[in-house]
Amino acid sequence: MTAPQLPLSELEEAYRRMLTIRLFEDRARREFGKGDMPGFVHSYAGAEAIAAGVCAHLGDADMITSTHRGHGHCLAKGVDIVPMVAELYGRANGLCKGRGGSMHIADFSKGMLGANAIVAGGVGIAVGAALAARTLGDGRVAATFFGDGATSQGVLHESMNLASIWRLPVVFVCENNGWAESTPAAYAVSVPQVSVRAAGYSMPGTTVDASDYEAVHEAARAAVDRARRGEGPSFIEATYSRIGGHYAGDPEGYRSRDDRRAARDADVIARTAAVLAGRGSDSAAITAEVERDVVARLDEAFAAARASAWPDAEGADRYVYSN
Amino acid sequence: MSTATDRTAAGAVEMTFLDALKDALLTCMRADSRVVLLGEDIAGGAGQGAPLEGAMGGTFGVTKGLFEEFGPRRVLDTPISEAGITAATVGAAMAGLRPVTDLMWAAFAPKAFDEIVNQAAKMRFMSGGQVSVPMVLRMAVGGGLRAAAQHSDTHYAMFTNVPGLKVVAPATPAEARGLLMASILDDDPVVFLEHMALYTTSGAVDAAAGPMRLGELGVLRDGSDVTIAGVGHSALMALEAAAVLEAEGISAEVLSLRSLQPLDLDGLVARAGATGRFVVVEEGPARCSVASDVAAQVGERLFGALKAPIGRVTSNHSPVPFSPPLEDAHLPSVEKVVTAAKRTMGLG
Repeated sequence: MTAPQLPLSELEEAYRRMLTIRLFEDRARREFGKGDMPGFVHSYAGAEAIAAGVCAHLGDADMITSTHRGHGHCLAKGVDIVPMVAELYGRANGLCKGRGGSMHIADFSKGMLGANAIVAGGVGIAVGAALAARTLGDGRVAATFFGDGATSQGVLHESMNLASIWRLPVVFVCENNGWAESTPAAYAVSVPQVSVRAAGYSMPGTTVDASDYEAVHEAARAAVDRARRGEGPSFIEATYSRIGGHYAGDPEGYRSRDDRRAARDADVIARTAAVLAGRGSDSAAITAEVERDVVARLDEAFAAARASAWPDAEGADRYVYSN
Repeated sequence: MSTATDRTAAGAVEMTFLDALKDALLTCMRADSRVVLLGEDIAGGAGQGAPLEGAMGGTFGVTKGLFEEFGPRRVLDTPISEAGITAATVGAAMAGLRPVTDLMWAAFAPKAFDEIVNQAAKMRFMSGGQVSVPMVLRMAVGGGLRAAAQHSDTHYAMFTNVPGLKVVAPATPAEARGLLMASILDDDPVVFLEHMALYTTSGAVDAAAGPMRLGELGVLRDGSDVTIAGVGHSALMALEAAAVLEAEGISAEVLSLRSLQPLDLDGLVARAGATGRFVVVEEGPARCSVASDVAAQVGERLFGALKAPIGRVTSNHSPVPFSPPLEDAHLPSVEKVVTAAKRTMGLG
């Protein structure tokens, strides 16, 4: 099924958001290579259409849960780059005051309920958030992003069942990049298309190609609309090919050269730029403008983060309890 | 530190431990519509077409009748999905509710270990204090019902070892009511452990009283020769032991370690320091137990001031056995507590 074409200005805006995520991730990977960023980072490159296409339908009050690969979800939900980068560097002015880092980055003021470094860890939390929304009757919707690896976790299945029997306003978004670290989904997942599992929980399931922004956008529109109408959960499988490794620095020795080349060929950024150009948009100018703007903001954010104060060591056990 | 008002409240009525818990839930649910209950069999089939009087209301009946007052949006039966319902509890708490979830038996909690340990307990910390997780996980704990290895765990120490969790184990109906109310009102995740042998016990409860404070000791009996602190049901065992000791001329003070985290260490040190002898009783495996932790912390503060080594009474370091004589040998007992107390007196 071909998704309807978006108005040109809307697709241009989506392209800007996706390119911002790509530029952020490329920069984070390069800066990580310099060795002064603690921990590790997992790049969202290649999946930009998923976060952007789903979050296009969500407001600040709506809630998302994310994964270890969470920078793209933050940016798509409107989280500010400066405190994000400060958090990657473990600084006092980071979003989580240096307690979380890349894998736990969160901004509750934007409904970003946290990256989660436990595979499928955020799925049930989103179901609970949707339960709160339904109980309070406030019209909020929750979306949960997770990888193909998470579909082998028991809690995901328990959570889909709960969301279904309670008809909760939640959207399950499987970002299927074909790899759970080094283990291929073709080996580890019992079905050729993860979305068929939605039928087992009496919810609509669909598979879309995440190099096609309009396809993701349309699937997300239907799912979020359904949730807002109180008709219950939906499941979207968005397939993409991971650009780069599981983590920044992953040599990907387990992956064939053809597979890696296919990832670059299917790149959503290039594809969207081509679609825009084909419809008469000056995508080259947009690209140049976004690069100029975002690179300047990234320059500022990374310099500011490196210059920011470390958290006070005496506060190492702060924020454990509220009282 | 608590005062003796816990046990001599004016206007107190006699109430079972089970009814005290139900009264706490009722009171909190009437006061705040954000308080919702989730759990396996807590509505017990109510609302599914069967007669209400036949509904289960939780394995032990604590939540029976609540569905009738609060309906299906506040009292939710769940599928048997400990991980899923605990995760949903965490998310609901993060998004504006104050859920109280019944995991039925603490022995099932390991099914939800990630959701308790990695999600509920760490969320506030990982976010740098952006969010609180005001939730209560109720669980029945303990042996003595011949329920065997997979239905008898206490897990007191395991939960207390998780930073970010508060852990509560009431011993009396007054504590059950006051501490469950406090747990529901608290902004942090609270693991609320109800010993199964206590549900039918009764005691004086001030039905107009407000919540107790977390982080306090309960003083169940005054005494001057030895201080015996027990967790949950073990505190009642210590009371029985104190009666035996009294007949032998030994005056034992009995404390309820009703709040394992936060722990009133200052209160313990003051009381153990005053008698000069200290015994701690916990139904749970011996290694890395609450008893070991409390003994170490009190010992650090009172080394040299105590008249005898601190006594610890725990279960064996073994799963809970099924056969009655084996389980009886496994668990703490009045006799074991008496022996430990007398040993601090240089007797036996």
